[in-house]
Amino acid sequence: MTASAKRKEKFQNYISSLKFSLYCITHPFDGFWDLTHEKRGSIAAANTILILTLLARILKLQFTSFIFIRVYWPEINIFLYIASVVFPLGLWTICNWGLTTLFDGKGRLSQVYMATCYGMTPYPLIQFPLIIFSHFVTVDEAEFYVVLSALSLVWAAALILVAMSQIHEYKMSQTIVAVIATGFGMLVMIFILLLFFSMISQGVAYFISIGKEILFRI
Amino acid sequence: MRRRTKRVLGPVLGAAVFALGAMGMTAHAEKGYTYCYDYWGDVQYSPDAYETVDVLTSEELGLDVKLSSPQGMFVSGKYIYVCDTGNNRILEFERDDTDTIRLVRQIDSIQGDTDVKSFNSPTDVAIGEDGCMYVADMNNNRVVKLDMDANYIMEFTKPDDVTFDQSISFIPTKLAVDTAGRVYCIATNVNKGLLKYENDGTFAGYIGATPVTYDWIDYIWKRLATQEQRAKMENFVPTEYDNIYMDYEGFIYACTSNVSEEEVDAGSATPIRRLNMLGSDILVRNGEWPVAGDLYIGSGGGYSGPSLFTDITAMDNDVYIGLDRMRGRLFAYDDQGRMLYCFGGNGSMNGYFKQPAAIEHMGHDLLVLDALDCSITLFTPTEYGSLIFDAIEQFQDGFYEESGESWQSVMDLNGNYDMAYIGIGRSLLRQKKYHEAMDYFRLKYDEDNYSKAYKQYRKEWVEDHIVPIIVIVLLLLTVPLLVGRIRKTKQEIDRADIFKPGMIGNPEAGDGRQQ
Repeated sequence: MTASAKRKEKFQNYISSLKFSLYCITHPFDGFWDLTHEKRGSIAAANTILILTLLARILKLQFTSFIFIRVYWPEINIFLYIASVVFPLGLWTICNWGLTTLFDGKGRLSQVYMATCYGMTPYPLIQFPLIIFSHFVTVDEAEFYVVLSALSLVWAAALILVAMSQIHEYKMSQTIVAVIATGFGMLVMIFILLLFFSMISQGVAYFISIGKEILFRI
Repeated sequence: MRRRTKRVLGPVLGAAVFALGAMGMTAHAEKGYTYCYDYWGDVQYSPDAYETVDVLTSEELGLDVKLSSPQGMFVSGKYIYVCDTGNNRILEFERDDTDTIRLVRQIDSIQGDTDVKSFNSPTDVAIGEDGCMYVADMNNNRVVKLDMDANYIMEFTKPDDVTFDQSISFIPTKLAVDTAGRVYCIATNVNKGLLKYENDGTFAGYIGATPVTYDWIDYIWKRLATQEQRAKMENFVPTEYDNIYMDYEGFIYACTSNVSEEEVDAGSATPIRRLNMLGSDILVRNGEWPVAGDLYIGSGGGYSGPSLFTDITAMDNDVYIGLDRMRGRLFAYDDQGRMLYCFGGNGSMNGYFKQPAAIEHMGHDLLVLDALDCSITLFTPTEYGSLIFDAIEQFQDGFYEESGESWQSVMDLNGNYDMAYIGIGRSLLRQKKYHEAMDYFRLKYDEDNYSKAYKQYRKEWVEDHIVPIIVIVLLLLTVPLLVGRIRKTKQEIDRADIFKPGMIGNPEAGDGRQQ
């Protein structure tokens, strides 16, 4: 009985932390402060929001009216498509945490991740209804779709900015500098990753060719 | 996502075409003779729209002296006029039935009141409304007008006008004549557009010049560059036209081979134009892809660079066909600028060309003059080609249902043909079958027509369901109000003092706060 009661309580915590994302998007300053400082958010809810975002992005391709999105299916790789969100998010989280740790940021790695995911809430929230909405408009009315779609992105970006300022306890000017610095940091990381992978592949190729050479000589 | 790099496919396609050609298969059985671009710009091979009836060389045309580098051709009714440029003569042929072409006469000298009684490299010929013949007599620096019996009437010479640089000679190459006998001609080294002459021979100015534009980046570069660097830079010279054709409505179709690869890649190239009387380009470009010939212009099969249109002809159903001398292909577009099909190629088989110089149409049949092979290739539409023309013409004449049926037959022959789907859709749209039409437009990503159909469908749907819609809207508005009212009343009843024991006669405590 106690085990099931515990599970029930855990589930209720999860639901309330997920519901808290709706509070965050309407009261960002208050919400993101409480998110970490009052422990109102949870990683599970953050993961859920991330999965919903990915789902929205994928379902959008298939189910949005062709007026807005036309997909050349032979060129779509679903894993690359998912990675196009997850990879930048990972880079962002690590890079932002790395930089803010050096400059008095109070947020921990998991908190950066959680706050960023909570900040993405408007995207699935707007994009899912938009998928349905897209079937009820003509080209002349396409502006509604475009504006709403852009709104989901702008809103999310603004929320992430606020989230960073709240979890790190930064002023807005500091936050903007930190975000710009994070952008550059991400570029540096991509450069190093590319360098790393090309070195590795060359190294591997070197040993493979040595192996082949030996096999030929034996 | 949809404008993908075009160069990737170029070599592959070229190699494929080359390989097929090299295998020596018959021209019309192979995959790859006729194709069309789909919505994504992918090559979709299609059944042949045209088949060669015959390739007529000098022998088959019944000529004693062989053709030598013929440059110009004109069709008037059943008569075909060919400029035998190398032999300084004009040949007139008559096409009796579909297959035989008979020599009527050769014109190699001019009778009447002129000092120069012969032609010198005539490059183009046209027949006016009144039956007079106009010849671009290139090396005699004149356009000469002859009557039906080759008697001299008048000539159009170098314009005595300040706008014409008097130091250069007047070298007319191509010409067209309108119904009023006005002559439009292209002259070498003139880049101000077409020279226009009134029917009395006076020069009436230029029309159709490309406006010279340059962007601010070029401007800054030119400012920074030295004199020598500037000289090496590309000059922003307006286009010289290669050929013109006067269509049945009196508009001039003009083509130019002066296009750069960058322009074609960017989709801003306009090698084919339709000029009105003021010289502005009124060609409709509603297709998914620019009216510029091939999309894949990377090197492949020994050719590299954009399609170079050397001649153009327009039929009475507003289908126009451009002749590409780069790859020897014929590109057909409809009145909306959507590509119908492309066929042909360089080679020596029937239906291929060595150096195509001129194209004309006779009804739906096409004649292509080859300057190197010295031959005329006669094409006639296949069943597939005729069905396409039927569908287009029926739609233009207002027989929408029949047009839809014709497009359906086209689709039976070629299921990869976007035009057929959109054609059926447009026919259904006109028949007010909006929902069916939407399906066809959706399949081929025609958003404008889809929206037209959808708008009507939505309107009809709302009109049909107006009662339930009003009921639902009313319910949505009234139910929350009602619920709110009921709740409020209930609360009031609950809080009312009279139901609380011991409250009677003590109204100060009866504000309900203690509950």
